[in-house]
Amino acid sequence: MLAFLAVLATIAAWWLSQQGLAAKPWLEEGVPVGPRAPRRISTEPAKLGLGLFLAVAGALFVLLISGYFMRKGLPDWRPLPMPPLLFVTTGVLAASSLLLRLARRSAERGAREETQLALTAGAATAIVFVAGQMAAWRQMLEGGFGIAGNPSNTFFYLLTGVHALHVLGGLAALAWTFAKMRESDDLASTRSPIGLCALYWDFLLVVWLVLLAILTGFADGLGEICGRLLS
Amino acid sequence: MVDVTARTIETAVPPAEVPDVELYHPKSWLTTWVFSQDAKIIAIQYSMTALTIGLVALVASWLIRLQLAFPNTFSFMDAATYYQAVTVHGMIMVIYLLTAVFLGGFGNYLIPLMIGARDMVFPYVNMLSYWIYLAAVLVLVASFFAPGGPTGAGWTLYPPQAILEGTPGYSAGIILMLASLILFIIGFTMGGLNYVVTVLQGRTRGMTLMRMPLTVWGIFTATVIALLAFPALFVGAVMMLLDRALGTSFFMPAIIQAGEHLKYNGGSPILFQHLFWFFGHPEVYIVALPAFGMVSDLISTHARKNIFGYRMMVWAIISIAVLSFVVWAHHMYVSGMYPAFGFFFATTTLIIAVPTALKVYNWVLTLWRGDIHLTVPMLFAIAFIVTFVNGGLTGLFLGNVVVDVPLSDTMFVVAHFHMVMGVAPILVVFGAIYHWYPKITGRMLNEVMGQVHFWITFLGAYAIFFPMHYLGLLGVPRRYFEIGQTSFVPPSAETLNIFITVVALVVGIAQLVFVFNLFWSLKKGRESGPNPWRATSLEWQTPETPPGHGNWGKELPVVYRWAYDYSVPGAEQDFIPQNEPPSALNGARAAGH
Repeated sequence: MLAFLAVLATIAAWWLSQQGLAAKPWLEEGVPVGPRAPRRISTEPAKLGLGLFLAVAGALFVLLISGYFMRKGLPDWRPLPMPPLLFVTTGVLAASSLLLRLARRSAERGAREETQLALTAGAATAIVFVAGQMAAWRQMLEGGFGIAGNPSNTFFYLLTGVHALHVLGGLAALAWTFAKMRESDDLASTRSPIGLCALYWDFLLVVWLVLLAILTGFADGLGEICGRLLS
Repeated sequence: MVDVTARTIETAVPPAEVPDVELYHPKSWLTTWVFSQDAKIIAIQYSMTALTIGLVALVASWLIRLQLAFPNTFSFMDAATYYQAVTVHGMIMVIYLLTAVFLGGFGNYLIPLMIGARDMVFPYVNMLSYWIYLAAVLVLVASFFAPGGPTGAGWTLYPPQAILEGTPGYSAGIILMLASLILFIIGFTMGGLNYVVTVLQGRTRGMTLMRMPLTVWGIFTATVIALLAFPALFVGAVMMLLDRALGTSFFMPAIIQAGEHLKYNGGSPILFQHLFWFFGHPEVYIVALPAFGMVSDLISTHARKNIFGYRMMVWAIISIAVLSFVVWAHHMYVSGMYPAFGFFFATTTLIIAVPTALKVYNWVLTLWRGDIHLTVPMLFAIAFIVTFVNGGLTGLFLGNVVVDVPLSDTMFVVAHFHMVMGVAPILVVFGAIYHWYPKITGRMLNEVMGQVHFWITFLGAYAIFFPMHYLGLLGVPRRYFEIGQTSFVPPSAETLNIFITVVALVVGIAQLVFVFNLFWSLKKGRESGPNPWRATSLEWQTPETPPGHGNWGKELPVVYRWAYDYSVPGAEQDFIPQNEPPSALNGARAAGH
């Protein structure tokens, strides 16, 4: 968590350094202009808002992962076999993310039909992903890995569940974008929300890949190194 | 010096960097006053809800005090009710009152006005933020009426006891409490994203970061901390909810209760403590930083002097924010954690005192040789400085492991915490309400009632919490429902407890004077005009008072100077508003600085 915060702090520090924090406002009058004036962030507010939200959601996942590693160190932890279905769903989510990128590109080119098609396909694959996750849960439950059976089981359901909720939230935003697109003839007005959805999907994919690496034990070495550093 | 002035004066106004926003215009009474997207209305909704639920917490504190002074006297008090009162009091005051009123209340009202924006950047999300907050409050209130009553786990909700049978509110109270916290965090995140993006993107022309009033700096930085700290509480609450509802073992170790092996196994209560305090300590600064900012503005305005060391103040706010994330485990010295951790956290705790002390010095130096007007807001601001220093100094005691260990479970901690995080910020809330009420309503709050309210609250708070330090040093334990006969607690402690309780009742009742004043002055208060305190910052320069929808009429204001041009030598008045263009006379004064 502290490493995650350090990254955020570095970004904030870099930005603040551009803002003239060493200025002496008591000596300066007028409206600052010219190259030395502090620059604003040039992105649109919605994108900045989403960026901040991703930082908050990122903090949430990082905290869950920290909890995972702390709990894992306790003696009653029994590793969990991962259903192979998860690798299929990973592929589906990657496809979904790619399709949304495609939609963003088509929207930028102004190709309405293509954009609509890519968005629909992207949404459909995301729904398939969530359904796949649920199927994986079912397999686990049928395999006798109940939610309260062992902390490793609980973490599996919690991490995948919180991630799936984020996908559902994204789908709601996508549905809103889609409705807006059908309402207006002008593709330009929905270009920005489509771009935001694509960015969010990239985030979902990255988070999922990290979670998968942790759940399958691929990131155990890393967890151990972090643990050693702290103790 | 003259060179600098000549170079920095610019009279040409550059084109707007951010296009003027299209405001949502409400069409019905319902969307104007109830489901409003106007930050000013949302601010009032937030504040009124927070103050109302705060009164409930005040009554809870009376229950606590009545029990401590007169044990075995009241039929309505038993151990369960006592612990429920303690929990409800702490949780409401810290989260549902202070956090909500500073960020949701003052944040919403002041950010757009002070930076020259028409509204928040995402008004719809802002409205949702309030309604989810209200839902969180209602869920909390619902727990009072649930079977078994609200949870009595203490405001820190430590597992395992928080979710074990035997703790009051085990059946429904704790579930509702956790659900309410989860809702609160979701609602706050919506509002918080708004405040940050608005400060970053919504500033009017000329309003550089280093020209923002310190109030905005405080609220902005506190919001950033809160956005990153609340997820820790969120994770903790979700995990505990799973432990309680589904029988998982995140935090629950193997437990034998009444000879029976419970379903839990192998969990770590310390993990919860880490998550809780990773949120909990930044929470102190989530409340303190806006208070710091507002006090700076109050002092500067009412002492007719520019704030001393503005740049240092900004840097101090930022460094406190960064440091607040690396001190959390000083709440856990007695949890049995690895001792070397204690050393690290004691060091960071003492380091955080440096920027904080710097701010105190700067406030005092702002007052020094100022033209001090002892108005009600100024009284509250000065009272804050004194109280904050008191509470801060005992914090330095407790930051050291060797001092904390014996004092940790005594009333000393209660006294320290209430001074620094209870009384100090609430004094600022009062001061700020007296200061900004004229802008919000167009009328002044009654001065006499304000004075009465101030003196009873201020002196009363000291009469309550000063003796409590002494009780703590005697070894009187906190958290106990009843002390009973102990060899080390002399009978005088009982008398002292009675004294404290009587004062607490009086101070509590005195708050009714304030509440009455709020409503009475709405109709009968003296008309204030647009700028009764002759202040420089933008919110006092609006074309209408109270500010209309969209705040600024046709044209957004342009900012030409910082927010602290008070008593400038050679200027016509003793204040120059931020949006007043430079003149030859004003230019000359900069040379004389």
